[in-house]
Amino acid sequence: MDMNGGQALVRALECEGVEVVFGLPGGAILPVYDPIIESPIRHILVRHEQGAGHMAEGYAHATGRPGVAMITSGPGATNGVTPLCDAYMDSIPLVCITGQVPYAAIGTDAFQECDTTGITMSVTKHNFLVTEAQDIPRIIHEAFHIATTGRPGPVLVDIPKDIVDPRNPRSAMTWYEPTDDIMELPGYRPATTGDPELIRAAAEMICTAERPVIYAGGGILKARAAAELLALAELIDVPVVTTLMARGCFPDSHELCLGMPGMHGNYTAVTAMQSSDLLIALGARFDDRVTGRLDGFAPDAKVVHVDIDAAELGKVRTPDVAIRGDCKLVIADLVEALRACGGIDAQADRRAWRSQISGWQERYPLTYEQSEPGELLKPQYVLEVLRDSTPDDTIVTSGVGQHQMWASQYWRFDHPYTWINSGGLGTMGFSVPAAIGAKVGMPDRMVWAVDGDGCFQMTAQELVTASMERIPIKVALFNNAYLGMVRQWQEMFYEERYSEVYLSYEIPDYVKWAEAMGCVALRVESPEEVAPAINKANEIDDRPVVLEFRSEAGENVFPMVPAGQSNSDIVVDPSQR
Amino acid sequence: MTVTGAAAPADHDNRFHTIVTTVENKPGVLARVAGLFARRGFNIESLAVAPTADERFSRITFTVDVASSSLEQVVKQLDKLINVVEISELSPTESVERELMLVTVDAAGGRRHDLLELVDDFRAYVLDANQSQMMLSLAARPGRLDEFEERLRAFGIVQLQRTGRVALPSLDS
Repeated sequence: MDMNGGQALVRALECEGVEVVFGLPGGAILPVYDPIIESPIRHILVRHEQGAGHMAEGYAHATGRPGVAMITSGPGATNGVTPLCDAYMDSIPLVCITGQVPYAAIGTDAFQECDTTGITMSVTKHNFLVTEAQDIPRIIHEAFHIATTGRPGPVLVDIPKDIVDPRNPRSAMTWYEPTDDIMELPGYRPATTGDPELIRAAAEMICTAERPVIYAGGGILKARAAAELLALAELIDVPVVTTLMARGCFPDSHELCLGMPGMHGNYTAVTAMQSSDLLIALGARFDDRVTGRLDGFAPDAKVVHVDIDAAELGKVRTPDVAIRGDCKLVIADLVEALRACGGIDAQADRRAWRSQISGWQERYPLTYEQSEPGELLKPQYVLEVLRDSTPDDTIVTSGVGQHQMWASQYWRFDHPYTWINSGGLGTMGFSVPAAIGAKVGMPDRMVWAVDGDGCFQMTAQELVTASMERIPIKVALFNNAYLGMVRQWQEMFYEERYSEVYLSYEIPDYVKWAEAMGCVALRVESPEEVAPAINKANEIDDRPVVLEFRSEAGENVFPMVPAGQSNSDIVVDPSQR
Repeated sequence: MTVTGAAAPADHDNRFHTIVTTVENKPGVLARVAGLFARRGFNIESLAVAPTADERFSRITFTVDVASSSLEQVVKQLDKLINVVEISELSPTESVERELMLVTVDAAGGRRHDLLELVDDFRAYVLDANQSQMMLSLAARPGRLDEFEERLRAFGIVQLQRTGRVALPSLDS
């Protein structure tokens, strides 16, 4: 069938099962926006290209399907760089289609031309510059294949205008079905199963460990291996820490769950890793925010490291057993190997380890001081009420900073894919667009965006998108008038010399701003108002809601491992010192 | 790249590892590889690129300074590039390595005889000459090139260009 490149691109997206595209048109991508009118694909018109990327990320994380963003050349593409890098750091499957100036104009500094593939080379898993209309179905299929297999990640496809513009003869092409056998990727061989001998060696190491900890990373969620992880932990009765990227992959309510490790992890998770004699690292990458000072990290621990990306094995910490493979398959094989070793009966006696852990849990729970009458709200309190007033499977997205750490600490994640945040890149402004993407993908679930005032000001305009598209997300906006995490660091490490961190409680007026964007908005200033406001927000399902929680500016996140220090130097809440 | 001193050839062989990659012969692939090295802080000592017998693929031969970066990380990160089809590390003992040098030296009057003797000793070639200078070429092991370069210093090197090494596995390895 004869087609033009623009039709072929839209058709190719349909063939990949794409149901929604987040985007914003412009000159170079214009011809693709014409056939979209006839396509069953839903297009969500964003207000800034960064929003399109983060929405696609939120959609991908919530649904497990690749997110798709479509933006124009030049400034459209450069605005898309942040979400691409975010998706690259957090291994989110994303396909980003960018318009490009006509092929013959590339390199001439044409209007809205930029070297999109050059700029995005280091923040994508791969990118393509398509030169012929005939290649479009194949390259789109390759892009989705690369984005979703192996270690997932963002793939960008740059499309010169002439090959999609029906008025240009270069756009003529003959349609063909994009199937696996037409792919031309001789250098791409994603790993699947792990080496059985190494899995046996890991099983033997686990059996004899006296103080093992399962260190579960975001790879568990990417591999959709939550059930396998649960089976493994229960079979060998070993405690599990879930990293910031892995929250929800193992139920927080489970007695084996120790919660989040790392810089703002809880005392027990951090200290259990420090005291461990075997870390079973599954889909985790020994991020500096988890390890603290590397030479002081878990000094007595041997390491079993499972990852689909061979480059993670030994990148930071040299493993004793390194298994390259898909976590879902490797953990299932490891469970079999451990059963063959004798299951729970073959495991070392760990009664002393368990009692040590429960001692830490009793002595150092997460804690904060309730606000005194007349004081502003404690974010931890608000998050506890929000947690207890929303369904168990509520999806929570977050920006970056104090509110993110408190949300991760105080929420109880009992289901995978209910926590969506920017972990690796730490992108302020992630929360609102990610929540919109998640809600589009999971319309029957309640979606709350937990956000800070600094973050909110970066991407709030996407609430216009949410209002116009009737995407009823809810935003818990913590207004503490500061760039809170930076303020905390200046208080603790710069002798309280506050430099450029004050934002103001009053300007902007968040309630008026949210209302102007079509949201229902409420300001909450005292503890007794919190639950009623949340209940009211929960009842609204036809438009977005913003609750502004006026929060104590001086509240700090604890525990904390100061940057560059060993995890053994963890600083607990003042009341526990 | 200039390596000096009597111990240079031996050090050179230990410190620098040769990685041979087969890549898809497509625009931008060299930029991806070079970008990866820059992004990850790996040092390339030398690099040679050319199409293989199969025109769909090119071969990029690198010499990497393993004193500054982990060879394993270099190889694993390279392997993640979609356009990189195959990677092998060639140890100096199990491979044949060659590099080409073009060099112009001062060769006025009475020194010309000594220079030609040196050319003979090293089995180099004279490619061009005039009254005062000679252009020589030598294709040999990189260490041998280092020695030749060192010996030519006495004459005065006007211009020098080396290609970076290429390598293939030895037939019995």
